[in-house]
Amino acid sequence: MEIYFWAFVVGGLICVIGQLMLDVAMLTPSHVMSTLVVSGAVLGGFGLYEPLIEFAGAGATVPITSFGNSLLHGALTEAERTGLVGILTGIFEVTSAGISSAIIFGFLASLLFKSKG
Amino acid sequence: MSEKAKKKLTPAQQEYQDFAQAREPKRSVLFNCVKAFFVGGSICLLGQFIQDFFIWNFDFTEKTAGNPTVAVLILLSVILTSAGLYDHFGQWAGAGTAVPVTGFANSIASAAIEHRTEGYVLGVGSNMFKLAGSVIVFGVFAAFVIALIKTTLAMLGGS
Amino acid sequence: MLQGHQTWVFKNRPVIVATGTVAGPFEGEGPLARDFDLLHDDLWLGQESYEKAERKMLEEACEQATSKAGIQKDDVQFFLSGDLVNQITPSSFAARTLAVPYLGMFGACSTSMESLALGSLIVNSGSAQRVMCAAVSHNATVEKQFRYPTEYGGQKPPTAQWTVTGAGVALLSAQGEGPRTTAATIGRVIDMGISDPFNMGSAMAPAAVDTITAHFRDLNIDAGYYDLIATGDLGRVGHGIARDLLKKHGIKIPDDRFTDCGILIYSEEQPVIAGGSGCGCSAVVTYGHLLNRMKKGELQRILVVATGALLSPLSYQQKDSIPCIAHAVTIEIDH
Repeated sequence: MEIYFWAFVVGGLICVIGQLMLDVAMLTPSHVMSTLVVSGAVLGGFGLYEPLIEFAGAGATVPITSFGNSLLHGALTEAERTGLVGILTGIFEVTSAGISSAIIFGFLASLLFKSKG
Repeated sequence: MSEKAKKKLTPAQQEYQDFAQAREPKRSVLFNCVKAFFVGGSICLLGQFIQDFFIWNFDFTEKTAGNPTVAVLILLSVILTSAGLYDHFGQWAGAGTAVPVTGFANSIASAAIEHRTEGYVLGVGSNMFKLAGSVIVFGVFAAFVIALIKTTLAMLGGS
Repeated sequence: MLQGHQTWVFKNRPVIVATGTVAGPFEGEGPLARDFDLLHDDLWLGQESYEKAERKMLEEACEQATSKAGIQKDDVQFFLSGDLVNQITPSSFAARTLAVPYLGMFGACSTSMESLALGSLIVNSGSAQRVMCAAVSHNATVEKQFRYPTEYGGQKPPTAQWTVTGAGVALLSAQGEGPRTTAATIGRVIDMGISDPFNMGSAMAPAAVDTITAHFRDLNIDAGYYDLIATGDLGRVGHGIARDLLKKHGIKIPDDRFTDCGILIYSEEQPVIAGGSGCGCSAVVTYGHLLNRMKKGELQRILVVATGALLSPLSYQQKDSIPCIAHAVTIEIDH
């Protein structure tokens, strides 16, 4: 039960960080997302993101920061098995679901829908 | 970036910008943060429910349930984008809808739908990543650099 | 004839014998809806793309103007038109349909008065009997080209404006009855270093002030000459800044005589943030609403100062600021 509370709070707080980047730092949405994704990878590098996921569940896996962490983990896991070249072969392993579904559903949407202005 | 730009301003320009800024409506930062917190938190909470649904009803573990969860959230986001509703939520919730993976999906779907008028290859295909491209590029590059550093350190430490 | 540094006085007083105004769903829900000839409730106008819809609106507005004047398109010597789309293709394609000798204009959102000023010069000098001056904009084509895909959930700041979906056409003639253009001031490019495309009002206000100042100086008049001075699309934010900037420069325009087309076209309840913008904004409000008020006898002399932000999506990405311009035209009616 506790995880539901923390999923809400941690997810909300990461979004607040994003909002502050938009409103105070006056960054564009693309800049904000790119910064968050890199932050996720950096935190993952320091071994801080996995504990956050244990603690907050979807509050850490749903924000885009998790994408950076997953990219890093894919690379590291594969590198452990096959050495440095594993960094290149493993990067998209964990994030495949996210990217594939975004492309597939996005393309389907363009087949079926017109924009509404 | 904005610091660099400010340095190149003439005194007259700086004076005008201060004059204008004093008269522009300020962004309600606190209210925006509150909205972002609640909407972002709710989307993550929804994600948690979806994840648990997959764990309880299918053969997923906590580690692997993340994938279908993300896929479902992406699907929901694409549906809302296609229905012309996501942009209204986004205007209200700001980072609350942009930061979760739903924002990523919306940026791809909205670009795909918009450029359908230029055909599927040159329009949809080429423009789909207009907004999401930088996220993927920087995410991958950051992961590459960090993984390279960590793996090299591990190798040096090991040997 | 040139008067002062940058103002033309039209001694022969070309007549706006007819106008055509076409607008979209948002404008149809606004307070000026009844001043427009045609309203569409579909942003696509039944076309295959937003760009084709923009072209269609312009063609319809031209048709409205010529049929109201009781003439054929062949009776028009020149067609001056512009819009915000890359290479002003909606105007060029409409010109293809019209088959009238064509001069493409680009002044961003100042195009309406840019084309009206040049058209008046042409008619006044006896270089044409009739000239059609037009400007058109479409909300979706502008969002797609300059900002984000229309279904994108990005959050716009409180200084952002809403591009008007509208086409406004004025048919100028050497003879006839109607409001007349009597003077025009061509603006200089003014750049105060603002680079935020979601804050055009602040970027354009100095250009409006510069042109108004030049206009009064060249003609040796003050605001008292006019019943109304309307800026094109400064919106609620830019208009307030312009008003204060004018006061700072010692130019007094009474508040009840100073307005903005971007503020007039939408009601407070409509979700348009800081107000309307786009070439079509000043065109439809001037040729529809303001000229109607003149014909009803409510206004005798007005000055329309259309303002434009001359940026491109690329210039913004290359960290350039937004250069702006404003063109002013005096319209008078005899009673």
